[in-house]
Amino acid sequence: MKSAVLHFPGINRERDMARALRHISGREPAMVWHADTELPAGTDLVVIPGGFSYGDYLRCGAIAARAPIMQAVRAFAQKGGLVLAVCNGFQIACEAGLLPGVLMRNAQLRFICRDVYLRVERSDTAFTRGYNAGQVIRVPVAHGEGNYIADGETIARLEGEGRVVFRYSSPDGMVDPNWNHNGALNAIAGIINERGNVLGMMPHPENHVEVAMGRTDGRGLFAGLVDHFQKAA
Amino acid sequence: MASNDPPITPELIAEHGLTPDEYAHIVKLIGREPSFTELGIFSAMWNEHCSYKSSKIHLRTLPTKAPWVIQGPGENAGVIDIGDGLAVVFKMESHNHPSYIEPYQGAATGVGGILRDVFTMGARPIACLNALSFGDPGHPKTRHVVAGVVAGVGGYGNSFGVPTVGGEVRFHRRYDGNCLVNAMAVGIAEKDKIFYSAASGVGMPIVYLGSKTGRDGIHGASMASAEFGADAEEKRPTVQVGDPFSEKLLLEACLEIMAEGCVIAIQDMGAAGLTCSAVEMGAKGDLGVTLDLDKVPCRETGMSAYEMMLSESQERMLMVLKPEKEKLAESIFRKWGLDFAVIGETTPSKRFLIRHGSTVMADLPIKELGDEAPVYERPFAQSVKLPVIDAVSVKPPMSMADALEKLIGSPDLCAKRWVFEQYDHVILGNTVQRPGGDAAVVRINDGPKALALTADVTPRYCEADPFEGGKQAVAEAYRNLSAVGSQPLALTDNLNFGNPERREIMGQLVGCIQGIGAAARALDFPIVSGNVSLYNETNGRAILPTPTIGGVGVLDDFTKSMTLAFKAEGESILLVGATEGWLGQSLYLREVCGREEGAPPPVDLAAERRNAEFIRMLIRDGLATAVHDISDGGILVALAEMTMASRIGAVLESPAAIAAHAFWFGEDQARFVVTAKNAEAILDRAGTAGVAVARLGATGGSVLAIAGERPLVVSDLLARFEAWLPAYMAGAD
Repeated sequence: MKSAVLHFPGINRERDMARALRHISGREPAMVWHADTELPAGTDLVVIPGGFSYGDYLRCGAIAARAPIMQAVRAFAQKGGLVLAVCNGFQIACEAGLLPGVLMRNAQLRFICRDVYLRVERSDTAFTRGYNAGQVIRVPVAHGEGNYIADGETIARLEGEGRVVFRYSSPDGMVDPNWNHNGALNAIAGIINERGNVLGMMPHPENHVEVAMGRTDGRGLFAGLVDHFQKAA
Repeated sequence: MASNDPPITPELIAEHGLTPDEYAHIVKLIGREPSFTELGIFSAMWNEHCSYKSSKIHLRTLPTKAPWVIQGPGENAGVIDIGDGLAVVFKMESHNHPSYIEPYQGAATGVGGILRDVFTMGARPIACLNALSFGDPGHPKTRHVVAGVVAGVGGYGNSFGVPTVGGEVRFHRRYDGNCLVNAMAVGIAEKDKIFYSAASGVGMPIVYLGSKTGRDGIHGASMASAEFGADAEEKRPTVQVGDPFSEKLLLEACLEIMAEGCVIAIQDMGAAGLTCSAVEMGAKGDLGVTLDLDKVPCRETGMSAYEMMLSESQERMLMVLKPEKEKLAESIFRKWGLDFAVIGETTPSKRFLIRHGSTVMADLPIKELGDEAPVYERPFAQSVKLPVIDAVSVKPPMSMADALEKLIGSPDLCAKRWVFEQYDHVILGNTVQRPGGDAAVVRINDGPKALALTADVTPRYCEADPFEGGKQAVAEAYRNLSAVGSQPLALTDNLNFGNPERREIMGQLVGCIQGIGAAARALDFPIVSGNVSLYNETNGRAILPTPTIGGVGVLDDFTKSMTLAFKAEGESILLVGATEGWLGQSLYLREVCGREEGAPPPVDLAAERRNAEFIRMLIRDGLATAVHDISDGGILVALAEMTMASRIGAVLESPAAIAAHAFWFGEDQARFVVTAKNAEAILDRAGTAGVAVARLGATGGSVLAIAGERPLVVSDLLARFEAWLPAYMAGAD
């Protein structure tokens, strides 16, 4: 699996993401600068990592969505290329029109960093094939604006088409306001686009990939992607 | 030389925080009346914040050397050798005055400043800590200050992309008008690639990098060198505004040009901005500096020389670059979208020459600006020794169970989750032990080596007995680092006190420094960097003396780090260290009995060392399953924390020889709680090591059961522990 990690100024989890990809795919990802206009030839997976692109001084992700490299990412996604967008990456993907909806400030109006539980809603996507449907994983969040919302019609479509792939839940998989730390509508933590090749999610699977660090629940996502490309090859 | 507008009057001199004697010394030094810009430069260089004029002679007594110390105090940060060709670069610094005036920006720029100190030396920051002291929860401004400071610390660190892994939070009415924000940053560098501030070579270009200069923060350092009156709010314009995005770019750009070998000398523009950084680079290199202010990138038009020299705009650096690498460095800075301007050069003259337009605005002897800064041997009065509180004279007003519930739900002992969850503490993927333990543990690169980090001080002890309190702060940091299994290596001190012109405050400062020095010597725990913040007073009332100690230890293998949570049922619980039942200045006495009295616990440094070495041996040899330092609240609070972290209960035996409340809640020093599968092995070794070890009970069940007391359900304790701070911040009084 040949991955490319986008690097916008102000992004700060690009190293975490690169390390997770290196550990699990065994291959060093390419780091792609925001001012570039092309992705490296043969890219399988584009990753938009977390951070504070351009300081998040406008709306989160709004400036990055208009960076030169995003033209190439849109074209890549249109051709069916896989795009993994995490945290600020999810915000960027929404601003760039790759995914519907928007991430608002957390309901409590505070930045929150803690481990959360996610119920994996589907295992039949390239991103979630490493998990079982209904499985609960534990991964960290670290964001101030992760409160997902979209208009009623969009939400109905997302739910109807099974495009909500991760939902905040209790440790035993129940959706419960007490376990929805940011107030996201329908406890939505991650969604895919219509075609299923773009995933946006707020939590950080890349921070839970090593036994030595305590938890490895995030590995499944990357291992599933590696598997996806091996099967395809 | 520029003609003076405004004219230099006694009032103007006083407004610059200079005494008539100090001004007379300036006139004598330069042989004429200073220009207005020069007066500003002197006020910036000679204020307390930059010159350490009240503390210098005492700071010189501190131990700063050890075979593993690469750089002690005097540079942007301290540097220690941790083997494998790696060095740790770290420092703690206060941003107290700005944080009270404008909590969010004050705290944010405090974090930004200390991060810059670390990466200026060539290190990539890997962790931050924060020690915060707030006023009484009932004070009308406290909630606002807590909310702003915590959001500011998080806002900067989260965006910059460094995990904030630990620290401490306390409340006391003596911080009502003057909160403390002490920020510590820790970075990793290659040992032979450390960058310093001394310029070298004549005619070398001096380069300005980073953000543009604005009118923010002018006289910030002078403000931080004066007491607050009722007009504190009017000082808001002296607070700088932070831009963590620019700082992140500055970090990446600086590390990139360092890696390319472009840099000869580098100094960040912190307190007193351009003035302090340029003087330091020149003076340390025995060179003069000429600056052409027309070249300084400015955010607004019409800035005067005075304003440019005193601006404390953030995210700026000054460097001396290798001339042949100037173009390369410029291209790297441009790539990151940062300003880059050659604004001057080094000269052989040892003069600090400032030009603006065609006019010379300042022409001063560069060495004397720093070296001739006043140094005061201020008179001091030693604190009166307080009587030892006899535990028998303290009648317990409630049961042990009730007292424990009250203590763990109190502002100082309750869970600080509301605070640390606003800090990204997992970014970089190396946080082995998150906030909430004795010390944070952060892996270095891919390991197995890791650092243990802690910040500690017990201000009420320091007030009651500055010498013992100073010792205790160092000893507690040493204990906390040992409790996670690390070898303590070095510390940074952040000394927060009131007005040193008052004899009793000066006595606190001197006493605490002596105590810190004594402990640091006894524990081989040298001071490699630090910061002094004085004049922490509002309307004539000083803060509690608060010498925060930031400690760094190293673990050879992070997978062997020890935590405080019980691991299994049916294990033995042991008490390491001797217990007399010291109630003076304890939280039990304050929170349960309503008395803030007595002498604080004495610190036996030999016992501290012996017991901590014993603990490290137990961890190294795999004999301990959980370890927790005993500090605020005594044994029972430590045990409660161990049960709450694991949800495993404990059955505890009652002491025979000591009154129960003194035993369970006394704050005797040099102690730990340890659990073990095999208690005999530990007891055997204790005899050989000469360490007092006693059985406390066993782990198990879901209640904390103390003989003769109402059993406490662990989940109820946890609910109480977690409740206070969120409820308080939500506005429930």
